[in-house]
Amino acid sequence: MADGPVAELLLRRLEASDGGLDSAELAAELGMEHQAVVGAVKSLQALGEVIEAELRSTKRWELTAEGEEIAREGSHEARVFRSIPPEGLAQSELMRLPSGKVGFSKAMSNKWIRVDKSAADGPRVFRVVDSMEDEVQRRLQLVRGGQAEKLGEKERSELRKRKLLAEVGSWRDRPFKPYNFLAHGVLPDSGHLHPLLKVRSQFRQIFLEMGFTEMPTDNFIESSFWNFDALFQPQQHPARDQHDTFFLRDPAEALQLPMDYVQRVKRTHSQGGYGSQGYKYNWKLDEARKNLLRTHTTSASARALYRLAQKKPFTPVKYFSIDRVFRNETLDATHLAEFHQIEGVVADHGLTLGHLMGVLREFFTKLGITQLRFKPAYNPYTEPSMEVFSYHQGLKKWVEVGNSGVFRPEMLLPMGLPENVSVIAWGLSLERPTMIKYGINNIRELVGHKVNLQMVYDSPLCRLDAEPRPPPTQEAA
Amino acid sequence: MPTVSVKRDLLFQALGRTYTDEEFDELCFEFGLELDEITSEKEIISKEQGNVKAAGASDVVLYKIDVPANRYDLLCLEGLVRGLQVFKERIKAPVYKRVMPDGKIQKLIITEETAKIRPFAVAAVLRNIKFTKDRYDSFIELQEKLHQNICRKRALVAIGTHDLDTLSGPFTYTAKRPSDIKFKPLNKTKEYTACELMNIYKTDNHLKHYLHIIENKPLYPVIYDSNGVVLSMPPIINGDHSRITVNTRNIFIECTGTDFTKAKIVLDIIVTMFSEYCENQFTVEAAEVVFPNGKSHTFPELAYRKEMVRADLINKKVGIRETPENLAKLLTRMYLKSEVIGDGNQIEIEIPPTRADIIHACDIVEDAAIAYGYNNIQMTLPKTYTIANQFPLNKLTELLRHDMAAAGFTEALTFALCSQEDIADKLGVDISATKAVHISNPKTAEFQVARTTLLPGLLKTIAANRKMPLPLKLFEISDIVIKDSNTDVGAKNYRHLCAVYYNKNPGFEIIHGLLDRIMQLLDVLPGEDKGGYVIKASEVKMKPIKLELKIDERMDFGTMRILKHSKVIREDPEHCLSECPLKIDWCQTSASHNIPR
Repeated sequence: MADGPVAELLLRRLEASDGGLDSAELAAELGMEHQAVVGAVKSLQALGEVIEAELRSTKRWELTAEGEEIAREGSHEARVFRSIPPEGLAQSELMRLPSGKVGFSKAMSNKWIRVDKSAADGPRVFRVVDSMEDEVQRRLQLVRGGQAEKLGEKERSELRKRKLLAEVGSWRDRPFKPYNFLAHGVLPDSGHLHPLLKVRSQFRQIFLEMGFTEMPTDNFIESSFWNFDALFQPQQHPARDQHDTFFLRDPAEALQLPMDYVQRVKRTHSQGGYGSQGYKYNWKLDEARKNLLRTHTTSASARALYRLAQKKPFTPVKYFSIDRVFRNETLDATHLAEFHQIEGVVADHGLTLGHLMGVLREFFTKLGITQLRFKPAYNPYTEPSMEVFSYHQGLKKWVEVGNSGVFRPEMLLPMGLPENVSVIAWGLSLERPTMIKYGINNIRELVGHKVNLQMVYDSPLCRLDAEPRPPPTQEAA
Repeated sequence: MPTVSVKRDLLFQALGRTYTDEEFDELCFEFGLELDEITSEKEIISKEQGNVKAAGASDVVLYKIDVPANRYDLLCLEGLVRGLQVFKERIKAPVYKRVMPDGKIQKLIITEETAKIRPFAVAAVLRNIKFTKDRYDSFIELQEKLHQNICRKRALVAIGTHDLDTLSGPFTYTAKRPSDIKFKPLNKTKEYTACELMNIYKTDNHLKHYLHIIENKPLYPVIYDSNGVVLSMPPIINGDHSRITVNTRNIFIECTGTDFTKAKIVLDIIVTMFSEYCENQFTVEAAEVVFPNGKSHTFPELAYRKEMVRADLINKKVGIRETPENLAKLLTRMYLKSEVIGDGNQIEIEIPPTRADIIHACDIVEDAAIAYGYNNIQMTLPKTYTIANQFPLNKLTELLRHDMAAAGFTEALTFALCSQEDIADKLGVDISATKAVHISNPKTAEFQVARTTLLPGLLKTIAANRKMPLPLKLFEISDIVIKDSNTDVGAKNYRHLCAVYYNKNPGFEIIHGLLDRIMQLLDVLPGEDKGGYVIKASEVKMKPIKLELKIDERMDFGTMRILKHSKVIREDPEHCLSECPLKIDWCQTSASHNIPR
């Protein structure tokens, strides 16, 4: 603690001193642990510009047991030298002395002694010089006297190599401060994927696991024809209002429409056909030509199904898409003018409502949602239609998780699909499950430029099926 | 989805029993309704205008019930009760009858002047009706609900209801110059010309929304009785003279509009719902409408239509195995009187005038499924065998975004719509050079165009995150839109990759390095030969550095540059950023996808 007694003492001492203090000396003087003083220095440093500190390292040296002996009695080579009388000594005898082996070779290389190999009773050692300086003993005595710094680095390391000298206080034998595992480690530098798109990847994966082929959806601009008319959505439908849909000023109208098919659609709307009463109104081509920003990806599904219908013979398909759609809506915490729609479609002979429910059960199970129930609903282009509800453990109520249905014959038959082929489909938004999963209440924090990048950096993996239900969020609607 | 507000106790009284909120919610769910909210007038006022204003308001419990958008027969208490009672087999669906009057039939004559503005009209009479305050309120409320939904805010159909005892037929539906129309409108104390009224209603919170329907037309529609009394000036306002009250006994109903089918449906709904309160229950007095061509028709139509559906079709579409008799019973519960006929597999279904939503056998199938109970249907998996394929462009995008993150860049997700300024002025480009797609009805400048580059979104993301530690390394792989007359709609998406590096130094070498990395990932070699990529400085000084790629002759697929003074992040001029937008469509393989383009 910066305001602890040690820090205060340290500041007082610093104030009184001239030119700084040595922490080790201070610790010794105050009779406390050096670490306590260092701790106080660190906390004062953390306060900002209160004190300055620099790191100094000091080394102390001490003699080994052998070094002690040498300092006292002289080096081995000196002892060998001294033990040789003027008439010389037999080498074999010399070798038997305690310092013999080490001292002999050192004294030889110092050229203090020589060997006469031609002597009658074996090799004999003689002094070469009259006297010598025992430099090793002198140096060790210096160290013993606390004056190791007077020795050069080279001299010290030579002594150390001979294991006469050792560094004191080597970290190896010191106790360490324990690791603080409550502190965070340093996160690796890395890039991050956007949470919404991580969820998108998981949905793609689920569809692929279920054998669904991805539809092309890379056309934000769509004609009213494909967005509405082809889906048997009448031209007076409120969704086709300026208040709900973005229409285009430029290019205002679609340049080409498949006119044969357009005629069949027109007839079905205005007069009926294919077993339908139709809507009985004056269907206008101009209205169908109006370009817009697609309000759902079902327009892309309609295109895909139309193309499928042109392929003979009919082959069953499973399609999916996840992409942006646009609504000219009032914006709030859960609604933006653009969002992502997830859509699944199955076309085959004799599909039933029970099949739709079965596929939905498998799909939602992969999302970790197992408690489902189905509510009758109305969609302009599906009949029967059903809203999918799941029981939310956190909110303790049933919440809508998707919309589904069987495409109307008035949509499919004009495309040219065989009469006994049914197409079941369902859709949901990508944003809502993502907001619930990541506990985000304001959609602007998730999508768009106002995103909180920290949230992007911190967001966990998306594992839709392998986690407990998220905690209750206030905005589930 | 329209919401109908009904008094809970009144509803339970009509249903002949009470429910807990949970029980009623469950019933709604089963039937395809949604109990949206439980509230009271007091609660609503206090929520909207504060507790003080709410002081005297009623605290009778209200149920707000969401009704499917095509079930006009459920838009009032009477209809809801009838639907639920038949569903629960507590009553049999009433049969609606049109009768000729004892005396002279009421006549509405349409003149040809209406042809250009509002050509259709239908009419009927409710004779000897007995209102109470609640019934009267429901009658008014139903008209409002119909106006807001099927009538498309009165544009397609407008309803006028009148106290027949204050009028004398025959009636004339014509169109006149606004200055020639003068009458005392509902809730006013004196007469005004139509011109004056249109001015007065400009500030009327309720009526101002309907003025545009006739405002700029030379002639306004108007209905007179034989004495020249104005019944109404559709679709704006009725006359005060013939206003109905809780004491009115005989009601003349006229519906005018531009959609004949819908006008007939609206009239049928009103008379079927409220003939319940006539002395001869569920009986409606006919009225004659004479069209400009001299032909006359009798309304309301109250047409009952017979449909034939095979039992096995219903079973096959729903995925159940019920006997034809049971299916007929289920349908009858849905207000569709049905019986088994012919070979014992045919079901004959009678579509009443209240069920205009039944236009195809699939609508009948749905009703059978609802009555059976969606949640009682056995779930099965279709045996449809398919091999999944990814859309190649998305497959590439998925691969690339993971490696962009591995390269230390963070993914942004920005809007596809933006302002003209974002893609033009702020980037120093003229809007006409962008070939952008323009939106005709944006509510704010944020939705003027579809983006033609990903850069503005990334710059705005940086601007909103300047508190974050530097450097910021962002990327996005997403679609932009460019006008293109070679496509059917005249515009085309392109998949772009854009990356920015934002720091105190430009870090051009970092963006350059990222570019090299992307090329490595895409297996494109540097250098002129072997279809490699080449980076060239543009000839004009200060312009971005151009990248050239020589695959399939496709050149110039991106730029790299340093932005020193971006107008988007102009607040801190000491920072700058490098960016590199790339077009990635070119490396998409067109093979191996089984959905043809």
